[in-house]
Amino acid sequence: MIQAVEVLIQAIPYLLGGAVLTVAAVAGGMLLGLLIGLPMAVAQVYGPRPLVWLVRTYVWFFRGVPILVLLFLFYFGLFQLFDWNIGALSASTLVLGMTSGAYQSQIFRGAIQSLAKGQFRAASALGLSDAQAVVHIVLPQALRLSLPGWSNEYSILLKDSALAFVLGATEIMARTQFVATRTYQHLALSLAACGIYFILTWVGVRALRLLERRVAVPGFGNQEAR
Amino acid sequence: MTESPILEIENLSKALGGKPILSGVSFSVRRGEMKVLIGPSGGGKSTLLQCLNFLHLPDAGRILLDGQAVDPRQRKSLYAYRQKVGMIFQDYNLFDHLNALDNVSLALRKVKRMPRADAEARARAELARVGLADKERLYPAELSGGQKQRVSIARALAMDPQVMLLDEPTAALDPELIGEVLTVIRELARSGMTMIMATHQMGFVRSMADEILFMQEGRVIEQGTPEMLLDVECGSRTLDFCTHLAEFESGGGE
Repeated sequence: MIQAVEVLIQAIPYLLGGAVLTVAAVAGGMLLGLLIGLPMAVAQVYGPRPLVWLVRTYVWFFRGVPILVLLFLFYFGLFQLFDWNIGALSASTLVLGMTSGAYQSQIFRGAIQSLAKGQFRAASALGLSDAQAVVHIVLPQALRLSLPGWSNEYSILLKDSALAFVLGATEIMARTQFVATRTYQHLALSLAACGIYFILTWVGVRALRLLERRVAVPGFGNQEAR
Repeated sequence: MTESPILEIENLSKALGGKPILSGVSFSVRRGEMKVLIGPSGGGKSTLLQCLNFLHLPDAGRILLDGQAVDPRQRKSLYAYRQKVGMIFQDYNLFDHLNALDNVSLALRKVKRMPRADAEARARAELARVGLADKERLYPAELSGGQKQRVSIARALAMDPQVMLLDEPTAALDPELIGEVLTVIRELARSGMTMIMATHQMGFVRSMADEILFMQEGRVIEQGTPEMLLDVECGSRTLDFCTHLAEFESGGGE
């Protein structure tokens, strides 16, 4: 027991170093997912048919294949094939981002489609172009409505990021295992990993909730039930 | 009157889902005129108004503004035309995430490319014109129906339209809120705004309309001044329809 505590105290800074990498991968993944998902959602709702099919294919592919398989496919497969030497962490970030893009696109699409169509027509009637109506009317509302789904997506992606371990990225899970195999303190270290993941989830979800309140518009969107 | 019409509608036709909604509608509107569209629902009034702003693309026919035919397939010409033709919707369609001031100033900034300060000054002036100077910070959800419709009128007016299209602007309002909106529209008419308005507010129509177009099954089947069409002895279909409307309304009340 005392030994477990000693190991933990020594390992904590090392594990927290892993947490920094995890956060980098997840933040990068969420951001990449946003950059991929948002245009795809717009394309799926307003785009021409071929574009809609392209988006659907993308979404089906990334939703239909386990992340573990995608990690191997890209890191050991495609990236090797094209001689693209990037680190395990960067590769994991890319794969997480592409996968998250598929899921995020559907969060945004749902939000866009839930908006009242009349506002788009009113924007058109004022002389706004379709692109302007999307940028100034549709997206500011759709993004607000997407925040709860986005927060959910963050908590899922954070946990998926543990899979980066298999590529050799030295994130939380990898470091937990390194120390555990050396010290045999599996229970204590796994619990420590649990704790770190839990705190990261809590902080992220909390922060997004605060953001949601900050950008809330009176009487619009996700008002708390009273 | 020899002045050329500001808006000419020639042979407008539109089918939706294989069903003809408009069948060869033609009329012209003089500057400063108030044209009122009356008729049973499904008669094509709303589709006509939406076609006049190309929110629906007409299948056939032409629209001329100031003698110039509008080509809706050319974006530049379409967006320019829409700036000159303001539209008021039955359900207001305010931008839910913007307060009253931003609702009115957005298009000034994004379409007319006005600097923010100028756009907001103009927006304030328009809000004052519709009696909402003190409500500029309120969001649509914080406004009553009548106030929302007045914001939407201010929003359209800010673009300096030459013609306003009003699609049953009071139909979604509680009875006690109709008056404030009609007052604004009346003021607008007095200031010389050209308007095409679908409405069943017969008192308003009698006093304000220069001409009534009675629409049924996608056609204008009667056209004339309120005196011509609403005289008790004229036997027009318009009168018949309005009489039924009045009976229904008085029957529906307590």
